[in-house]
Amino acid sequence: MRLRRVFFSLNEQEHMNRRTTGTEDRRELQMARSMCWHCQSEMAGEYFCDRCVKVQPVSKDLDYFTCFGLPRRLAIDPQTLETKFYELSRAFHPDFYQNKSDAEQTISLDNSAMLNTAYRTLRDPIQRAEYLLDLEAGSVKEIRTTPPADLFEEILELQDTLDEFRASDRASDNASTLRTKLQADRATLEQRQQDMDAQLQQLFGRWDALQDRGEATEQARAERASILKSMRDLLSNRTYVKNIVNDLVATIA
Amino acid sequence: MARIVGIDLGTTNSLVAYMDQGTPRIISARGERAMVPSVVALTDNGLIVGDPAKEYLTRDPERTVYSVKRFMGKSLADVHDELAYFPYTLAEKGGVIRIKLGEKSYSPPQISAMILKELKIRAEAFLGESITKAVITVPAYFNDSQRQATKDAGMIAGLEVLRIINEPTAASLAYGLQEKTQGTIAVYDLGGGTFDISILKLKNGIFEVLATNGDTHLGGDDFDQLIADLFLGEIRTQYGLDLSAHPDHMQAVRLEAERAKIRLSEELKTAVNLDLPDGKGRFTRELTRDQLEQLCTALVERTLGPCRLALKDSELTPDNIDEVVLVGGATRMPLVRQRVHALFGKQPHCELNPDEVVALGAAVQADILSGGTTDMLLLDVTPLSLGIETMGGVMSSLIRRNTTIPASAKEMFTTYVDGQTGVDIHILQGERELAENNRSLARFRLKVPPLPAGVPRIEVTFLIDANGILNVMAKDMRTGETQSIEVKPSYGLSDQEVERMIEDSFKFAADDVSARKLIEARLDAGALITTTEKSLADGGHLIAAGEVEAIRTALSALTAAKDGNDSRAIRARMADLEQAAKGLTVAMLDDSLKQRLQGKKVSDVT
Repeated sequence: MRLRRVFFSLNEQEHMNRRTTGTEDRRELQMARSMCWHCQSEMAGEYFCDRCVKVQPVSKDLDYFTCFGLPRRLAIDPQTLETKFYELSRAFHPDFYQNKSDAEQTISLDNSAMLNTAYRTLRDPIQRAEYLLDLEAGSVKEIRTTPPADLFEEILELQDTLDEFRASDRASDNASTLRTKLQADRATLEQRQQDMDAQLQQLFGRWDALQDRGEATEQARAERASILKSMRDLLSNRTYVKNIVNDLVATIA
Repeated sequence: MARIVGIDLGTTNSLVAYMDQGTPRIISARGERAMVPSVVALTDNGLIVGDPAKEYLTRDPERTVYSVKRFMGKSLADVHDELAYFPYTLAEKGGVIRIKLGEKSYSPPQISAMILKELKIRAEAFLGESITKAVITVPAYFNDSQRQATKDAGMIAGLEVLRIINEPTAASLAYGLQEKTQGTIAVYDLGGGTFDISILKLKNGIFEVLATNGDTHLGGDDFDQLIADLFLGEIRTQYGLDLSAHPDHMQAVRLEAERAKIRLSEELKTAVNLDLPDGKGRFTRELTRDQLEQLCTALVERTLGPCRLALKDSELTPDNIDEVVLVGGATRMPLVRQRVHALFGKQPHCELNPDEVVALGAAVQADILSGGTTDMLLLDVTPLSLGIETMGGVMSSLIRRNTTIPASAKEMFTTYVDGQTGVDIHILQGERELAENNRSLARFRLKVPPLPAGVPRIEVTFLIDANGILNVMAKDMRTGETQSIEVKPSYGLSDQEVERMIEDSFKFAADDVSARKLIEARLDAGALITTTEKSLADGGHLIAAGEVEAIRTALSALTAAKDGNDSRAIRARMADLEQAAKGLTVAMLDDSLKQRLQGKKVSDVT
């Protein structure tokens, strides 16, 4: 019996929790209550107990931005991120826990695995944006099955050309005509990708600016919702176009 | 903590190193070379290892094992093409390669263990203490079975293998420590039998592997073979001699080919001399570097593909590489250096002895693990993607290749068929689209309540630890039913289990679902036929003659179906037979109950 991959957020459950309690409150609650697993003292330290210096498990509710001590912004300085990643790697890596207790080794392993995932996610601008959307709006990762409206005609035609090319004798004149046409389509789509990337950058900038202002007005809330929606649409269009381009490149290769 | 040594268990040579107050050093026995040739020979006085064994390569080729690393974690089918080249006898027992030495057969880990034991003894004599723990290096592109076979070799030699580390990363540790390098480096490692390329970022003591790629069956041995083939062909045409009937001469040709190759790294031409059997005199010829390079170009080219892939995976271009480091004896060849230079656009570094740098790096990692070195940290990656099989026999990756370890990933899956009561979690390793083209690491089954397709939510979690050992957990989000396993490649299991598993994998070698279904159906049918026949013999008298006849008819129908190729027909006939034999089963149960009750008082049974 086979499995089918389900495309929805892994954090779905967490989001439901968040929506009911509110992320920030929840985390504060968590922090305030947290006790060292080892010496039971109330902790003030971030990842290590202030009293017994034992490594502490990173809370499952901690988002990747907070983990790296960064604000929830889409512009991240890669150097800062890397420095922090190396610093935390030194703190958590299992190599440094070989002579420690089993409990500490388990925490070190889980923390390291989480840290590596967090770094991989935040390092890539697109994955970072998708993650932020997920955090902010509980995004169900949409996999587009139909072309974006403004590309509808073009993509349908492209699919026909691709089908025709696949069925054709590669050595024939027809195939070489089709190939030329496909090359042109590829250039168009790649230009389109660049345009989308530029639009995304703009949205990222708007998001960060809005967050920096930190206004709690009705207008700010509306803008926030609108940016998130635009980002989501663009990201899913981008993925769609990227898949089409990959398919195209693989076909004419 | 007891001292941990670092060991480079190579295809051609092996070395052991230790950390001496912040500096890694190679251990050499008194008056002997530090390198132990990875050769094991059976002599009349027992098994010998290293340099003395190497003399037996031509003296007693059938009982002298070399390049055993090529067979680690492999089945005979995997290495089928190269068997003809090895003078010693390889057999297979239950899918595991066995090397015949005299009366006995040894698995590749057992032979490797003999080499490790020699290194252990040397280290103990040198350091004056008992050594029980080691870090052993393997090619970065080794898969899980090959790694596990290496671990087992350590265990057999009486060493606890605290960590298996990748050879190019080990080399980078030694290199980085010595040269105080910062920046992005490429380690090009062409050894006796394997090729690896790793791209790393070195910064303030952190060694972050960005990407790794390679070929586990490409190395100096292959160059030697090409040269040897050239000589053998010429001997055949000039003297009408087929040396393959003379294993000792075959070995002599191979060794002369290797020596000529080595000499041509320094010289432009060299004389080749070989004594021939049957009083045919001597074969002599001159070999030039040009001729050698012509022979070997294609092999060197084969290393460039993995280099480009590694660059692509790390999202870098050759311009971004600050330094190129050469590791492995085969990188002494000028042709290799030229090609690497051309690809990366910079002169490769070879300050460190390419034969020793891996063992030195292993000693550094050993020191990190023992708590001695705290300013260096290696962040390695998993070389191959890991995932599970999904709808349509497709591999769905959870952890992509070149992901930093430790790593974890979670993904949600659902069922495909209405009322499905269980899902098979089939764990795969590899880069191919289709499950059948990748390596199968393990499978297990998770029970789910019967629901319409798409309704269950099954969360699959992968966790790879710093040793690269994978743990998989599957959880039904609705019921909380959880199943998890530590994925131990076949070599991690007991011998019996290993053999059975490999036997199974052979049985299903077609990897074709329908073929597998057919095999399973036939097995089940066979078992049902046997038990039914036995029941008929034991209890046939308990039922009506007509019923016996019906069972016999169903039995022969199933036997006929079993010989056919339709698994569904077999399953259908099995159901028929079970139906027909129902009465018999009940009658036998009643009968045995009656017999047991006889002679007992009612009070005993109520």
